[in-house]
Amino acid sequence: MMSSPVKSQLDGVTMPLDHPPTATDNLQRLLNNRPPVTRCPWLGELRQRGLALASEQTIPTARDEEWRFTDLSALLNTQFEAVQEPLVSPNPSELTTDYLANTIRLVFVDGHYASHLSDVSGLPNQLIVTSFSQLTPDQYPLLQNYLGKQTGNEEVFTALNMACLVDGALIWLPPNAIVPCPIHLLFISSAFASPLAAYPRCLLVAQSGSQVTLVEEYKSLGAGVQFTNGVTEIWMDDQSMVTHVRVQRQNNQAIHIGKTAVSQGQNTTYQSVSVGLGGVLGRHNVEVVQVGEQSQTLLYGLNVSGEQQVIDTHTSITFTRPHGTSQQLQKAIAGDRSHTIFNGKLVVPKAAQLTDASQLNRTLLVSPKARVDTKPQLEIVADNVKCTHGATVSQLDGEEIFYLQSRGLPIPYARQLLVDAFTTEIISHIPLPQLGASLNQAIRQRVNHPM
Amino acid sequence: MTIIDESDVILSVKDLTAEVDGIPILKGLNLEIKRGEIHAIMGPNGSGKSTFSKVLAGHPAYGVTGGTITFLGEDLLALEPQERAISGLFLAFQYPLEIPGVSNLDFLRVAYNSRLKAQGKPELDALDFDDLVRGKLDIVKMDPSFLTRSVNEGFSGGEKKRNEILQMALLEPKLAILDETDSGLDIDALKIVANGVNQLTTPDKAVLMITHYQRLLDYIIPDYVHVMESGRILTTGGKELALELESRGYDWIRDNELVGVAE
Repeated sequence: MMSSPVKSQLDGVTMPLDHPPTATDNLQRLLNNRPPVTRCPWLGELRQRGLALASEQTIPTARDEEWRFTDLSALLNTQFEAVQEPLVSPNPSELTTDYLANTIRLVFVDGHYASHLSDVSGLPNQLIVTSFSQLTPDQYPLLQNYLGKQTGNEEVFTALNMACLVDGALIWLPPNAIVPCPIHLLFISSAFASPLAAYPRCLLVAQSGSQVTLVEEYKSLGAGVQFTNGVTEIWMDDQSMVTHVRVQRQNNQAIHIGKTAVSQGQNTTYQSVSVGLGGVLGRHNVEVVQVGEQSQTLLYGLNVSGEQQVIDTHTSITFTRPHGTSQQLQKAIAGDRSHTIFNGKLVVPKAAQLTDASQLNRTLLVSPKARVDTKPQLEIVADNVKCTHGATVSQLDGEEIFYLQSRGLPIPYARQLLVDAFTTEIISHIPLPQLGASLNQAIRQRVNHPM
Repeated sequence: MTIIDESDVILSVKDLTAEVDGIPILKGLNLEIKRGEIHAIMGPNGSGKSTFSKVLAGHPAYGVTGGTITFLGEDLLALEPQERAISGLFLAFQYPLEIPGVSNLDFLRVAYNSRLKAQGKPELDALDFDDLVRGKLDIVKMDPSFLTRSVNEGFSGGEKKRNEILQMALLEPKLAILDETDSGLDIDALKIVANGVNQLTTPDKAVLMITHYQRLLDYIIPDYVHVMESGRILTTGGKELALELESRGYDWIRDNELVGVAE
């Protein structure tokens, strides 16, 4: 719903108000500016569908329940140029970090595949790890049952991503494939004089009995305003296991709105560790649907915000069959004047008897001006289920700091130790120790200054 | 001769006054502790014993309003809590804090290394420190499994106090202040803790015990016993004073003191 006409009706005025671009204008502007699809013409039909879905909508406002706490004005007030074709070609040395060594990796710059930065050598047989743009015509049909087929495509940013799709990452695991090393997807946003918009996409299809660790990382190259609107779809056939590490560490001017949509078959385990550090606005939507019974969903999340950042995680786990389980621990550290948001939805319809779901949200406020909004959202119809939820908000404990000081630790070090202790419960689930260490380092830099 | 005596003084407290939330607690406290000495401060609840220990360690909630504290020739009150620790002052807490998520081993290593760092010495790496700490476990009869657990998390009262003494063993303080270290301990744990302290007390160091009960003093024999009341030390005696307090309570000291004032 547009904000200005509503307001003018309320005021009894029928003329549109004269003020900066409305939500509709801005979404339309993004759509008008969508990058042409040159390397993957077969995406045209999907883009049309996305365009049709997005054209009917506006950029959400605080009136939309899903965006109640999240201020999108940064997106409204900036005009973004889509990246028509890869504009920069980063030097590999700018990107290569030790945790990227010896991994299979695909690198995308502003949504476009960068083959010179990617490494898919030594791939096991039958395993497909590539970009959409590298697919051969006989491979397109593989995707047709999966790409853009998750529920929730009508959601405005999912539709926008679909409308603007130019390329994407494809990971295709044949039955019983066990990938021996993590697959790393690196999505880089570059900064230019004019703000750029990029629409990364990832599709992971894990066929029955397959196992993989996927690392999905968003980074910025340079400072400057960027808009990254990503969608990752994960399809899990029966008995498959996916460990999904997602790291969003774009620069502090970026606007990042990303979605992870997961469909779990029977007896599957989806474990995700999602860390949000970047962006003036960083929003991550997670939508997991347990399609098969006896599946397990493990969600670990950590958002760390400073300055005036808004970092927001909305998760939804939908159970549809009996004996599903989920465990969720979502943590946040908010400093300066930042704002951290969590909304955790659990949907348990009648058919999902014997569901066992737990959800816990813990927030550490390290500044008196930081703000937290946290909301569990349980929609339970089945009558024989176990669903627990809880939320805590706390500050660093002065007595703990004094205890550490009395053992010789200066205050900043004592704070760091306590912050590490808070984050380790999430970071320790990342199966790549070097990535964990790199994140710890970034978190310390963000948090380590006096209250 | 006098000069040698002076250098033997570890802690000198003169006319110390302190408050908490604007309420005066310490009201002119005097105390001198020399190398090799073991002192005990006893007194009823609310006499200011624990406040004194917190003031010595530098707790920010306790404000010093007057007097001086000299520690190893330095103005202790000018030092931050961590600087006091590094200069050799150690407080064994009455209620050691639990720090979930920080392994005891990491905590001990960080504490140990922060002293080395402040002294400009090379820090110990994890392996060397592991050897060092394992060599000290026997002092407090601690199982190595306690090293991998979070600091004090889920420890019993006795285990927490043993962990405090283990920290003391690693940090080798010049002055160890034991704040109600005997509280909440059964007799076996008390013996282990006392035995640990005794092993660590050498002629160049000193111990200040703060206790409500005489019981700890059966195992750590003090050279001096001070009785505290209303934020001051009322009287000082030898170890026999503790026994007398145990049998006669604190009232007779108060009465004596009143007589003394009247005279």
